Amino acid sequence: MRRIKEKIIEKILLFSATSSILIVFFIIAFMFAEGWSAINLDFIFGLIWHPKTNEFGILPIIVSTIIVGVGAVLIALVIGIPCAIFLAEFAPNWVRNIIKPSVEMLVGIPSIVLGFFGLMLIVPFIRDNLGGRGECILAGWIILSIMTLPHVISISEDAIRAVPNSYREASLTLGATKWQTVRNITLPNAKSGILASLILGMGNAVGETMAVYMVIGNPNIPWIPTSILDSVRVLTSTIVMEYGYMEWGSPHQHALFAIGVVLFILVAIINLMARYAIKRGMIGR
Amino acid sequence: MNEQRKEGIVKAFLWVTGLTSVFVLLSIIFYICVNGIGIISLEFLTSYPYRFEYGGIFPQIVGSLLLVTICLLFATPIGVGSGIYLAEYASDNILTKTIRFFVETLAGIPSIVIGLFGLAFLVHYLFGFSVLSGGLALGFMILPWTVRVSEEAIRAVPNSYREASLTLGATKWQTIWNVVLRSATPSIITGILLGLGKAIGETAIVLLTAGSGLEAFLPISIFDAVGSLPVYIFMLATQGHTSAAFDRTFGASLVLVTMFLIINLGALLLRNYLIKRQR
Amino acid sequence: MTDLSRSEGRILSNRYRTVQLSESKTVKDGVRMVKDKIEVRNLNLWFADRHILQDLSLSIKSNSVTAIMGPSGCGKTTFIRALNRMNKIIEGSRTTGEVFLDGVNIYSEKINVFELRKRVGMVHQKPNPFPKSIFDNAAYGLRIHNMANGKKLEKDVEQALREAALWDEVKDRLKESALSLSGGQQQRLCIARALAVKPEVILFDEPCSALDPAATAKIEDLIQRLKENYTVVIVTHNLQQAARVSDFVAFLYLGRLIEYGRTKDIFINPKNELTERYITGKFG
Repeated sequence: MRRIKEKIIEKILLFSATSSILIVFFIIAFMFAEGWSAINLDFIFGLIWHPKTNEFGILPIIVSTIIVGVGAVLIALVIGIPCAIFLAEFAPNWVRNIIKPSVEMLVGIPSIVLGFFGLMLIVPFIRDNLGGRGECILAGWIILSIMTLPHVISISEDAIRAVPNSYREASLTLGATKWQTVRNITLPNAKSGILASLILGMGNAVGETMAVYMVIGNPNIPWIPTSILDSVRVLTSTIVMEYGYMEWGSPHQHALFAIGVVLFILVAIINLMARYAIKRGMIGR
Repeated sequence: MNEQRKEGIVKAFLWVTGLTSVFVLLSIIFYICVNGIGIISLEFLTSYPYRFEYGGIFPQIVGSLLLVTICLLFATPIGVGSGIYLAEYASDNILTKTIRFFVETLAGIPSIVIGLFGLAFLVHYLFGFSVLSGGLALGFMILPWTVRVSEEAIRAVPNSYREASLTLGATKWQTIWNVVLRSATPSIITGILLGLGKAIGETAIVLLTAGSGLEAFLPISIFDAVGSLPVYIFMLATQGHTSAAFDRTFGASLVLVTMFLIINLGALLLRNYLIKRQR
Repeated sequence: MTDLSRSEGRILSNRYRTVQLSESKTVKDGVRMVKDKIEVRNLNLWFADRHILQDLSLSIKSNSVTAIMGPSGCGKTTFIRALNRMNKIIEGSRTTGEVFLDGVNIYSEKINVFELRKRVGMVHQKPNPFPKSIFDNAAYGLRIHNMANGKKLEKDVEQALREAALWDEVKDRLKESALSLSGGQQQRLCIARALAVKPEVILFDEPCSALDPAATAKIEDLIQRLKENYTVVIVTHNLQQAARVSDFVAFLYLGRLIEYGRTKDIFINPKNELTERYITGKFG
């Protein structure tokens, strides 16, 4: 009796553990079932997105997505890595004890609130000072980099702290300054972790929806941007914009789900790259 | 340039960047607070919205709480169950590796894709826009998180506890239930609270599965559409263009951020309490 | 255990002053021709509120090997780290007293700590080469101090590796990772790295504790030879090692200097009861 009960419990636990597989499987199945029929070369490389005439080309949207994501990560790199170095190597304990938890808490701040912040403050600022509608790539970069920053800071800081102390000691006893030690010893060793944080940040930026939607303008007819003050559409914002008036079963619906598939694959590739970076870093050590 | 001069300059630069990025992040919260505090009143919190940008946000607050409740009811048992299995039963075989891989994959899926899936599977084929659809879709999103925190919390229980129980003749499940889970529960709760913080602010998923956000009624059953704070903010911010709309958006943002901070602060306090107790 | 520590406490309080007085006299009389390289005066050190080093005074002779010994936790490592101010990097540490290197107090405001550490090199307990090539490891100090480049750099690296008795083993694989070396080779590489910047003093913090006997013998040999050109201070809790390699021995206990003198005097005829019990293996 006791043994049977044990067996049953184990099976229940196994079942709940496999439910993640089930959910992912379902998501993939549904996305592909609904979107696969719309995916072809004209879809990926088409320049015109015009649902009314059943023209579904997402190249401008993909290009904008990549521009917005890469730019945001570059900004996060320029600000976030120095901040991580500061926290890990230079900040006195009490400063670190204040900053680190607040950064970690900000990782999860609702993105809708950040988007609203951008809409109220950053968009008008760009409109008044740089011209254009204000809702543009630049605004997307700023908001997304603010969102990505806590991730980048937090993960990079962990990577820097994970460098064994004996390396720092060895460098310092040879009379190196702290900065020489950081530049020659600590950073090269934390490289892969920092890289992973940037790639993960990229994945987050590409997959982020609401905050971006609110500040990049979403023109009715998307084009390949030529200036950072251009309004653009990204993959995620296109879905949010149009899901409300798509007709179920129409080519439009399939095209929107196909965008979901493209997004899924894009983010999966980015995440695999991050995982690869982390693994390579571990072997290196 | 001499090395010590360089050191000084770098140090100053790092102090500035470090403090600036934190300043920027905190000033956003401050900005929301300053602009949102004006509209907050008992009436705003307890009345229903009307004519788009007027009235209060009572159904939205209740809706958000209902959605995360369903989300937790779904994700907690499955997540903790998975965590127990991975930490206590799983051997290092193909099945376990597959499970882990899929948990990681699920964690990496952008929320809008989960939302689209919810829109097709839950809304279109099953329940329509409803509390249940929204809650389940949110549950899919935080499930990997609950799996991870439970597994970590269970693995952190010292092996000596298990051995003590097993040598007394307890079965594996009795040991897990009475000894392992008991000591892992507080950190599991901490982790799940943090997941709750993510779920309550999630917008894209709820927008595509739960309702239009401006509902001026409370749902009667879990199959009714429901409003929520993030979607309310989204609607008013993007489609309202009057100062009345923006005031309410700020107010709702402040309420949302406050809920988020309370949840996170609770998790933080619980964690600190645990660390103290362990000493 | 409690019995022991109680009696030790009494011995400490009774003998502490006399040890110091008689100490400095004998040493000064015995070796008049050797000059003091380092002189430590009333050195105290705290980590937070723990008093780790208590009023240490001793002088270290130039071109000699001085062993610091004592049971673990007595402050040996902290003591030698005070000689190149490496304790400063630990938050919450506080130092009082003076340490003179060639007559200049290294704790005075004017001292450039990076120059100081160049003059007072250190080799750590566990071999800690950087995950770089063998050459880059040996060249690290030369590069950060801009001491050499090009041909000169290669020559200096070779010389350092020769001095550390490693050249013949690695000359054909200088570009390989330092982590591919054996533990003993890694430690000699760390010694070469320290020697490359031409220090005057080298501090060894239990350099052999992670090594096998054969590798240990090589390092001890090396230390013996290094004193021709350098002043060597070595921390060890291995009594035989102290007896084999050192000219002077300082015995530390609970942060205090109990006895200090020529190695053979202390091992044959310890003046302090505690020292005697330590070197006869009664505790430690």
